[in-house]
Amino acid sequence: MIDGRERALAAFEQMVLIRRFEEKCAEVYSTGKIRGFLHLYIGEEAVAVGVMAALSADDNVVATYREHGHALARGLGPGSVMAEMYGKATGCSRGRGGSMHLFSTPHRFFGGHAIVGGGLPVAVGLALADSMLGHDRVTVCFFGDGAVDEGEFHESMNLAALWRLPVLFVCENNLYAMGTALERHESLTDLCVKPRAYGIPAENVDGMDLFAVEAAAQHAVSEVRRHRSPFFLEAKTYRFRAHSMYDAEAYRSREEVAEWAQKHDPIDLAAAQLERRGLLDPAARAAIEDRVRTAVQQACDEADAAPLEPVADLLRDVLTPEAR
Amino acid sequence: MTTLTYREAIRVALSTALDADPRVLLMGEDVGRYGGAYAVSKGLLERFGPERIRDTPLAESGFLGAGIGAALGGLRPIVEIMTVNFSLLALDQVVNNAATLRHMSGGQLSVPLVVRMATGGGRQLAAQHSHSLEGWYAHVPGIKVLAPATVQDAHDLLLAALADPDPVFLFEHQLLYPTEGELDEARGPARIGEALVRREGHDVSLITYGGSLGKALAAASELAAAGISAEVIDLRTLRPLDTDTVCASVTRTHRAVIIDEGWKTGSFSAEVAALLAERAFYELDAPIARVCSAEVPIPYAKHLEEAALPRVPAIVSATLELFGRG
Repeated sequence: MIDGRERALAAFEQMVLIRRFEEKCAEVYSTGKIRGFLHLYIGEEAVAVGVMAALSADDNVVATYREHGHALARGLGPGSVMAEMYGKATGCSRGRGGSMHLFSTPHRFFGGHAIVGGGLPVAVGLALADSMLGHDRVTVCFFGDGAVDEGEFHESMNLAALWRLPVLFVCENNLYAMGTALERHESLTDLCVKPRAYGIPAENVDGMDLFAVEAAAQHAVSEVRRHRSPFFLEAKTYRFRAHSMYDAEAYRSREEVAEWAQKHDPIDLAAAQLERRGLLDPAARAAIEDRVRTAVQQACDEADAAPLEPVADLLRDVLTPEAR
Repeated sequence: MTTLTYREAIRVALSTALDADPRVLLMGEDVGRYGGAYAVSKGLLERFGPERIRDTPLAESGFLGAGIGAALGGLRPIVEIMTVNFSLLALDQVVNNAATLRHMSGGQLSVPLVVRMATGGGRQLAAQHSHSLEGWYAHVPGIKVLAPATVQDAHDLLLAALADPDPVFLFEHQLLYPTEGELDEARGPARIGEALVRREGHDVSLITYGGSLGKALAAASELAAAGISAEVIDLRTLRPLDTDTVCASVTRTHRAVIIDEGWKTGSFSAEVAALLAERAFYELDAPIARVCSAEVPIPYAKHLEEAALPRVPAIVSATLELFGRG
């Protein structure tokens, strides 16, 4: 359990922030201010928030294209993330990345990777650098169940295990690789058997339960730190919204989605747990919702008002400018 | 000045870099105990140990991607890929990560990664070990593409790649590894993006790079005997291309023959030809000529392979045609 009232409530508030932030993104998308692909994390918030709670500020994070939640949970400001979605110069990637490519070096947040499986070798390399340079960091790498199909997943498992690198692999198993159900894309649906085949310890956790995820991540991170070797955590979760804004969801039933949303909403679950512990009451919850609503609105207002990157700077940052 | 082989010159540069900077490491298939598929890294494992001369599994995408991550994390990795055909397994990491991360992050990240690989044909290794795909790499913004053709450049361009803050890809023609030449170690890093005039002439420019430089120089000697003074331009860097040197040469000679071991269709030679059409069209006294590989997967049999690759007589005859002497 996340210790202390303040930390627990802060984690809860982060989940609410991610939810409301993304609901707002979907709303703004319909106005055309946000374009391109928009992959919502709604339903999966407990995974990013629970795992980030187990990290220190000096650890590395590599995420996927469904990473608004990870960025916010890692501490990137909603303003800089929203501005990125608006394609503005004040965005965390100066409008070059958009929804799928959020980066922030002060947060050691290394993206935002939209090639499924492509972030895993990079995470392995970050950990190799830390290992050789004597840093005590952990690199956390998020990916979905679809990435487990990729060759890069297996190459990365092997490299991390062979070289004993401090990587925490977090598989967000939301049961669908885009529109293909787990049992239709994996020969073995128990994903933990795959890392174990490479000698990597693996556990799974209920990814809808914030406090369970946090506890499992604390354990996993401490194992990585203690042994300076990889660990695999599978978070069983579910995406409540479509894959992207273009997805008609022909591959799953409305009833299935509704059942998950009714019975397993991670925010409702966490609220109930906090209420049972006497840490949250309706007034405190309303105050959180108020703060979050204000923060999200402020993010949108700032993004609206922010300048665009000048077209004259189009070619900026393709290469490093030559030293003068 | 010492005389050594192209592979030894690379090894000297690797040793210099490994000695000078503890962040440098070499990683790739068989770079350690085996000593490198082309014996480039022979002896380095014993000197620098298995952490820094790091044998990798056969996982091109995995270890090239790990090189990218290691570069982001503060190391200066040199990734060796055995041959360009194998590098196709790592193209995702090259095109989607190495080349994009700086721009896509709004300039927050840089990827000081060096990747070396063998390229080209001529050793009867058939269609999965003989291709020249550096032109594909040169298509991609965000990376730099070098093709050292001489012993000195094998050394100096590698040092330049290591000093560069962005991803740099070096294509080493496999026939060059045993060739000998002079190396002045003190010259230091070459300048990336600088082509050189390897032989001065005033009638025609033979524009080439890498493994075809020797053929172009041999052709220039034969042409001299036929009364034609050929200038030979060694591009050395395919991206960024030294357009000024190329155009200046053609402005002097008014004729151009481009020699490129890639297939003609969509090749780097097409890029150079287009450049000349755009920037030096009114300087040309004859059509641009190209000598490239035949449009065929490079075959095994010696006579067929020879027929598929650019050859000196083909360069000579393509040049003579520009003078109405074909």
